[in-house]
Amino acid sequence: MVLSVNSVSVSLGRSRIVNDIDCYLRAGELLMLLGPNGAGKSTLLKAISGDLPYVGSVRFAGRELGQWRPEWLARQRAVMPQRVEVNFPLTVEEVVRLGRPKTASVGSDPVVDQLMSELDIGHLRHRLVPALSGGEQQRLQLARVLAQIIDSPGDRLLLLDECTSALDPAHQQMVLELVHRLAKNQGIAVLAVVHDLNLAAQFADRLLVMKAGCLVHEGSAREVLTPDLLEAVYGFTARVIELDEGYPMVVPRRGGLPNAYLAPGNPSCRQAS
Amino acid sequence: MIRDAAGRLGFAPSLAIVISAAVIVALVSITSGAYPLSVADILSVITSREASDPVASMVLLEVRMPRLLLGFLVGAVLAVSGALLQGLFRNPLADPGLIGVSAGASLAAIAVIVLGNTWLGGWLAMTGEWALPIAAFFGGSCTVLLAWRIANRFGQTSVATLLLAGIAINAVAGAATGLLTFYANDEELRSLTFWTMGSLGHAGWDDLLVGAPFMLLALFVAPWLARPLDAFLLGESVVGHLGYRTDTVKKAAILVVGLGVGAAVAVSGLIGFVGLVVPHLVRQLLGASHRVVLPLSALVGGTLLVAADSLARVVVAPAELPIGLMMALIGGPFFLALLLRTKVI
Repeated sequence: MVLSVNSVSVSLGRSRIVNDIDCYLRAGELLMLLGPNGAGKSTLLKAISGDLPYVGSVRFAGRELGQWRPEWLARQRAVMPQRVEVNFPLTVEEVVRLGRPKTASVGSDPVVDQLMSELDIGHLRHRLVPALSGGEQQRLQLARVLAQIIDSPGDRLLLLDECTSALDPAHQQMVLELVHRLAKNQGIAVLAVVHDLNLAAQFADRLLVMKAGCLVHEGSAREVLTPDLLEAVYGFTARVIELDEGYPMVVPRRGGLPNAYLAPGNPSCRQAS
Repeated sequence: MIRDAAGRLGFAPSLAIVISAAVIVALVSITSGAYPLSVADILSVITSREASDPVASMVLLEVRMPRLLLGFLVGAVLAVSGALLQGLFRNPLADPGLIGVSAGASLAAIAVIVLGNTWLGGWLAMTGEWALPIAAFFGGSCTVLLAWRIANRFGQTSVATLLLAGIAINAVAGAATGLLTFYANDEELRSLTFWTMGSLGHAGWDDLLVGAPFMLLALFVAPWLARPLDAFLLGESVVGHLGYRTDTVKKAAILVVGLGVGAAVAVSGLIGFVGLVVPHLVRQLLGASHRVVLPLSALVGGTLLVAADSLARVVVAPAELPIGLMMALIGGPFFLALLLRTKVI
C-alpha cells in the first residue's frame, strides 16, 4: 500500500473540517476525490501532504509521514496545490527545474525537456511565468510537480488539487491522459481532487465522495455516479448515460436545482462531531 | 552570446560587467577626495615600503582603504539582506528596515550619543571608543530577536506577523528616537543627525574589525539559501513540498539579515534605498533566480555605495554630504525611471 490514511480529522479553529477519514491507495492506482464546495477535499489533501496538522495516521510507503526526512519525501511524493501564484520574473524552465534534484541543476535536463513538451509548454520555456495565462501556469505547475518524482525509484505518490480547473477541454484531456499513463506505466499512485464528474468517470480507477467533512461513498464510476447519489450529495438532478466507451456520462437537467440545498438525505456529520 | 535564450543578459557577462564597474569605481573612489591621489602615487605606496610621500601613504592606508572596504561591505550586505527579505516575504517592497533592525540599531546609537554623559556613562567607560558601534549592533540584534519571538509564538514562523511586529517596533523605536532628539543639545544633535543620515566619514580599520566579521558571515551564508528561496517565490507550502525545511530556511534568513544589517548600521548609520533598489534592479535585468540575484546584488550594492560615497566626498568638498542623503538623491529618481519603464514587477 503506497498511502494509507487512518481516522484522520482536521480542525481549523473550532470547526472540524475533515472528520474521521479512512482511505488507501495502491501503486498505479488513480483515485479521484469528489464532493461539493466546502466538503473538505482540499483540507484532506493538505493534511495528507503535511501542510496542516491532523489527528490520526497518514502512512506513506508504510512509514508515518512525520518520520520521513523532508528531502527524501520530496523525491517520492509531489503535491500540486490548487493555486500557485508567482509574482517574480522567473522563467518557465526555471520553475520546472525547481522540482529537480540539486544534482540535476546544471546543463540541459532531458526529463525537464520531455515533460515540458508533453504538457505543451515547451514553446514557452523562456517566457516569464507572471505573463502566462491561467491554463499555461497550471500546466507549468504540473510539469514542476512531475519533474520531482518521475525518475525516482520506489513508491511514488502524486497529490493533485484541481489540476485541470483552468484548462480548455483539449488540455484537460491531455493532462489527465498523461497522469493516467504515468500511473499505469510507472506505478505512480495518484490522488486527485476533481470537480468534473465526466473526467472522473473517464479516468478514475476508484472514486471517493466527500460531503460535510465525511467520506460518504466509495466505488467505481458506475457505482458512484448514479442519479440518486448525485442528488443526495450535490443536490442536483441529472441523467446518467452509459456510453459505448465503457464509462458513464453525467448530464445535468436544466432547472434541476431547486431541491438542492433542502435535500432531506443530507448526511451532516460535521454538526454531529 | 551576450544575451541568454530568455533575452536577458547572461550570468557570466553581467558578472564581468559588474566586476569591471566595481574596479573602476574603486579606483575613482580611492584617488578622489580632498587630497587627490594619482594612480602613480598609489603604486608607489604599494610597491615600496618607504613611500616617497608620507601624506599620500597615510591618506591611502589609513583613510581611503578602510573607507573603500567598509563602503563596499556595507553596500553588499544591505543589498543581499534586501534580496533575502524580498524572497522570504515574496514581496519586492521588502527592505532590511522592515523588520525593525535599522530602527533598533539607530535607537541604541542615538541613546549613546545623547545619554552618554549622563545615564549611559558606565557603558562609555566600559566600551571606550567602540561604544557607538557595539551599542548599535546590540540594538539591532535585540529588535530582530523581539520581532522574531513575537512571530514564533506558535512554534512556526509566521512571516505576516513578523512584518506587523516589525512595523510596530519601528514605530516605537522611532518615537523613542524622537524623544531623545528632543532632549539632545546642539552638539549632540549634530552628530545624531549624521548618524541618521548615514556616513562612512569616520571609517577606520577599527570599524572594519568590529563590523566585517558579521557582515562577511552574512555574505557567505546567504548563497546557501538561494535554492529554497527560489521555492519561496512559489509560496510557503511549496517550499516544504520540495523537501526544504521551511522553518529552518526562514530562521537562517532572518538571522543573516539581523547580523549583517546590525553590523552595517553599527559602522555606517542608516543608509536606505540600497536594500530596496539593488535587488529589484538585478531582478529586472537578470531574472529572479536567487543563484543570480544574491551574488550580483552583493556586487552591485557594494559598487553603488562606494560610488555614492565618492560623489558625497566630492560635490561639496572639502565638506561631505551624508551618504544616506546621497543614496536617496541618486536612488529615488533612478528607481522611479525604472518603474516607468517596466511592466512586470
